[in-house]
Amino acid sequence: MSTENNKQEFTITVYTENQIGLLNRIAIIFSRRKINIESLNVSPSEIEHIHRFNIVIHETEDVVRKLGRQIEKQIEVLKVYYNTNEDIIWQEMALYKVPTEEIAEKVLVERLLREHGARVVVIRKDYTVFETTGHREETDKLIEVLQPHGLIEFVRSARVAIIKDSEGFNAKLREFEREEPGQDVIENEYLDKGQKVFTM
Amino acid sequence: MDTAQETIQKPEAKAETKTFVEVTGSVALLEGLIAEGTDVIFGYPGGAIMPIYDALYDYKEKLNHILVRHEQGGIHAGQGYARSSGKVGVVFATSGPGATNLVTGLADAQIDSTPLVCITGQVFAHLLGTDAFQETDVINITTPVTKWNYQVTDAKEIPSVLAKAFYIARTGRPGPVLIDITKNAQMQLFNYEGYIPCNHIRSYRPKPIIRNEYIVEAAKLINSAKKPFILFGQGVLLGKAEEEFQAFVEKSGIPAAWTILGAGAIPTDHELNVGMLGMHGNYGPNVLTNECDVLIAIGMRFDDRVTGRLDKYAKQAKLVHLDIDPAEIDKNVKATVPVWGDCKDTLPLLTELVDEKKHTEWLAKFREYTKAEVDAVIEAELNPTGDELTMGEVINQLNILTKGEAIIVTDVGQHQMVACRYAKFNNTRSNVTSGGLGTMGFGLPAAIGAKYGAPDKTVVAVIGDGGFQMTLQELGTIMQFGADVKIMILNNRFLGMVRQWQELFNEKRYSFVDITSPDFVKLADSYYIAAKRVSDRDDLVSSLVEMLNYKGSYLLEVMVTKENNVFPMVPQGCSVSEIRLK
Repeated sequence: MSTENNKQEFTITVYTENQIGLLNRIAIIFSRRKINIESLNVSPSEIEHIHRFNIVIHETEDVVRKLGRQIEKQIEVLKVYYNTNEDIIWQEMALYKVPTEEIAEKVLVERLLREHGARVVVIRKDYTVFETTGHREETDKLIEVLQPHGLIEFVRSARVAIIKDSEGFNAKLREFEREEPGQDVIENEYLDKGQKVFTM
Repeated sequence: MDTAQETIQKPEAKAETKTFVEVTGSVALLEGLIAEGTDVIFGYPGGAIMPIYDALYDYKEKLNHILVRHEQGGIHAGQGYARSSGKVGVVFATSGPGATNLVTGLADAQIDSTPLVCITGQVFAHLLGTDAFQETDVINITTPVTKWNYQVTDAKEIPSVLAKAFYIARTGRPGPVLIDITKNAQMQLFNYEGYIPCNHIRSYRPKPIIRNEYIVEAAKLINSAKKPFILFGQGVLLGKAEEEFQAFVEKSGIPAAWTILGAGAIPTDHELNVGMLGMHGNYGPNVLTNECDVLIAIGMRFDDRVTGRLDKYAKQAKLVHLDIDPAEIDKNVKATVPVWGDCKDTLPLLTELVDEKKHTEWLAKFREYTKAEVDAVIEAELNPTGDELTMGEVINQLNILTKGEAIIVTDVGQHQMVACRYAKFNNTRSNVTSGGLGTMGFGLPAAIGAKYGAPDKTVVAVIGDGGFQMTLQELGTIMQFGADVKIMILNNRFLGMVRQWQELFNEKRYSFVDITSPDFVKLADSYYIAAKRVSDRDDLVSSLVEMLNYKGSYLLEVMVTKENNVFPMVPQGCSVSEIRLK
């Protein structure tokens, strides 16, 4: 089997300190290896001062594991997880700007929007902004549908993903804050193979 | 808190009021360096670091600042200091070109895990991003080549950031750290409450917790091995685990070979030290890598110069990999049993569980290969019959005179491989060379630093005629500050290693490897450094004796044969078992 065939979509979740320059430190781990980041989301996590990255790449698991270790090696990185699409619940949000008159005049358009679960965000005389969330294919589909009806502008967010088997990060963080963390902090893939959540 | 308690506590709190003094950021920096035990700084002033240099004027007694001739020289000196002393090297440079001149040294220190704290000046915070005079984006330029870096714009941050920098530089897998301090922060007065060393960062775990299961598994594997083989690298030195390592080797009786940065972890003459690994390493260790049944890799990272062609590397063997850096496990070669941890801690645990053995037959195999290598390569190199001197015989004579007690600093190229192959090291931290990055020009400044790091040792810099010309301005540093460094230029009038490749793989198409040199003796003379040129065998030993006995620095230019090749050699893209003897 060629390596190309072993490639699949992976979502890398990174918990970090909120530090200037860390985004670059993480980004160059990919660019140095000529790996494209398909989607990147960085935002504050549920814990104060801790940020969460979601990075989507198309690679083999072997490469992703190595990338994960290089990321976790950075001083301000607390923890790295990586998951295939089966392991996560993920969404992307999309905004569509459509001429208001199109919607007002054509019942069909309104029905299409409703079928795709789009929600109105803003209505103005000249245009209306709709929002949907879903997987890439779903938001793509709606672009296709709206294109003939004068879609003015479109934007999509990066992927945000929840790991199905994760128990969150609060407990882990407490371990990190201890000067001598417990053994479960130092995970080891060889021993943790049995666990559902893969950690570095 | 109730009021009663508050009133009781108040006077006490007043009595305990921390005594602080108002100081500038620059003074806080220098106080911090002293608190960290810094005794030498290699640096070069400039506009954006002037407040720190102004403060340094009053610290001349406590901090020995060596004015180098180029910032690259400064950082290589810092590396040499760190490598010979085991302490953190400290380097100062100004903003812009001063900082960018550090980049080669940072990359070198990063790949060779050398602990450094570099301080760069930066333009005023309000000028950041305005393309101010001598402004460069130092943080982003140095991000890929530092273990950590940080820009300080407020003096109050200086003590804690410096403490963090030292902690990060020297713990775990060591590496270079850079702190960029804007000029306003250097000048800013603030209430300095003293220096508190750092010993914990919640997002940084320098030492993985050792899992005993793996120690047990590793010992089981090692005890069951018929033909076990140890590969050791600089991790043993960085972990200051030389004794623990020797105990492990001696109890298990397993032959051990070194990467060039691992040289000296056990003495060259130790009966279980079977030689050097890699492209120009010894015959036996390379060939037998592909015959052993269990490989025990300790503090080494399977560089491509060590492994040769990876898909034909030790495929028959099971691998026990001891490393402090989890990212090294499985990076190049898959481990059967990974032993994450500081080898200073893991080696004694492993030694406890391994059987006491003597692998006599297996060791004899290494000896057979050594004999073949002596006959085919070493004898002709060390005892040549031709008129011209060889690099190998020069190193051999040096060994005889220094008895393996000297620190040998090398530059990069043929002379480096010859020096590493033939130099004798009785002690740890005696081989200072640019391993991973292969930085020509490293040798002279690193030797200066190595001397400051180990003032009681004889420091011999072995440098080629090409590399010497890359950083020879540091002769000025020697002239001014008097570092007693013995400089030995092995001059073959060629960029020898590239010429060797062109001879072997490019049909002798010698493309720009013919390099001319100035009169090195006159050059040294103009720097008031004693110097001599030698080209006759009859004068070699007396010249070396004169160099070694000379009080102060000395430059000896040794004219060696022009077109010698370094063998054995694992050609690029070949397996270690395809090593060539000629």
